[in-house]
Amino acid sequence: MSWYTKAIEEKKPQKKTLWIKCRGCGAHIWASEWKQNLSVCPECNYHCSMTAQERINLLFDKDSFHELFENISPVDSLNFNDLKGSYKDKIEANKKKSGILESVVTGHGKIKGFSVVTAIMDFRFLGGSLGSGTGEKILQAANFAYDYGLPYIIFSASGGARMQEGVLSLMQMAKTCAGVARLNKKNIPFISVLLNPTTGGVTASYAMMGDLNISEPGAVIGFAGRRVIEQTIGEKLPDDFQTAEYLLEHGFIDAIVQRKEMRDYLANVLSYYNR
Amino acid sequence: MVIVNGVKVSEKEKRQRLTQEKKSRNISAWDVVKISRHPKRPIFQDYLERIFTNFVELHGDRAFGDDRAIIGGFAQIGNQKVMVIGHNKGKNTTEQIERNFGMAKPEGYRKALRLMKLAQRFNLPVITVIDTPGAFPGLEAEERGQAESIARNITEMANIEVPIISLVIGEGGSGGALGIGVGDRILMLSNAIYSVISPEGCASILWRDAKFAPDAAKALNITAEALYKLDIIDEIIEEPTEGAHADYQQIAANVKRSLLRNLRNLSNISVYELLEQRFEKYAAMGKFAVD
Ligand SMILES: [Zn+2]
Repeated sequence: MSWYTKAIEEKKPQKKTLWIKCRGCGAHIWASEWKQNLSVCPECNYHCSMTAQERINLLFDKDSFHELFENISPVDSLNFNDLKGSYKDKIEANKKKSGILESVVTGHGKIKGFSVVTAIMDFRFLGGSLGSGTGEKILQAANFAYDYGLPYIIFSASGGARMQEGVLSLMQMAKTCAGVARLNKKNIPFISVLLNPTTGGVTASYAMMGDLNISEPGAVIGFAGRRVIEQTIGEKLPDDFQTAEYLLEHGFIDAIVQRKEMRDYLANVLSYYNR
Repeated sequence: MVIVNGVKVSEKEKRQRLTQEKKSRNISAWDVVKISRHPKRPIFQDYLERIFTNFVELHGDRAFGDDRAIIGGFAQIGNQKVMVIGHNKGKNTTEQIERNFGMAKPEGYRKALRLMKLAQRFNLPVITVIDTPGAFPGLEAEERGQAESIARNITEMANIEVPIISLVIGEGGSGGALGIGVGDRILMLSNAIYSVISPEGCASILWRDAKFAPDAAKALNITAEALYKLDIIDEIIEEPTEGAHADYQQIAANVKRSLLRNLRNLSNISVYELLEQRFEKYAAMGKFAVD
């Protein structure tokens, strides 16, 4: 989306590295300890990004997750080429790098026995950007929740709409929100979990539309990019600007939940769904 | 079946027509960007004066303030009473500053939604007029929920129980445009643009330099012609050869004719059908592969 300048790239630790350097405080942490602590820094509580699969493993009951719409992938319908090459090549490279076909994994499963439909964005795939395939999967999953009357949980981690698909990407904001609007009509709960980072067109569509909006500590959540705003207003922004804590203070999210407590938190909230 | 300038055409005819138009126009995407931002280009208030009568402007979002970047109210077009809402850039520096160059803040989007719900209460069709570089990227806009206000509009527009026609007259800047742009019909002037990101913004990210904006403009497919081919918009409204600024009366007449025809076409659809069709329209948007 306009003004969002550069997706924050977080390098995932390589399998063989012994030490992880925390992006939050710079501390060196044993890789085994880092993993044990769910990719959260034991020193400063920095919540590093997770893959969709890691999040499924963390949150869903063992063997309960069934993937849906997994055969959907992006196409380079505009023949988009920039300085670095073609979108087509980028798609292939990202598929290879991440082992998934789009920036979101969709499916249904159980959280402590509660059945839900879910869409989990994966920041490794083109910065979690919202492309046509992403939008299709998120809508189809919403329709699945609608048809079966199941709560819908979307985990967002995205730099925003995918530029390489032009207005087709922009329209995914309307497409995904149309799915959310149908859930609203049928009183089906939609929980939005905004993870680091959730910005641009994703924040300005389904991610902000949760009946509950929740987040993890320190997650960056915003519409316009920080640098663009600084250029517009000509001054430095406060450090906590566009963090989960800032959004909580301004009334846009319901709660900030520690990663290790997320499963219990979601199950507890789902236990109140009385339909 | 699609409609080009009021004429129903088949897919094949549509392609032929576009090829012909392309030959006759021979104008780059960047040229179109420049025309869409031409300082003399007619803005919303020019169309308000020429097309609509009895405009009753309504103010405020009932929560924070009255954003001057988006204005709206009751109005009449021909014999048809409507709710009209649009970005208004301003005609001179004073107006442009007052109206923040058409860059709306959350209170602007919330006012727009309030007026759409009012239209539903009064059973009036809604016409939204899009002309913005984008939603305002500022501290107070973020603080008051720029993203939430746009997200809510996009979501709630899916269920507004009266016809919505969205007309892009100049710049369709990303989420800032879509925030009032979820319509049953999307119409675009032939030199208007509609984009996921400004060409300059895209160039500075993907080309690492804003000076490649003309390349980005081409790659992004932001012209009415390109978007018509991609099945994003429903109709192109022809401008005079040099652009809409060359003849205000002519472009106003073309826009009026198109709006009246589209209002007529949407008038006999039941609420149920209207909302189903709107859902299907947006559900069908996008191109992806199924392996
Ligand atoms: Zn740390």
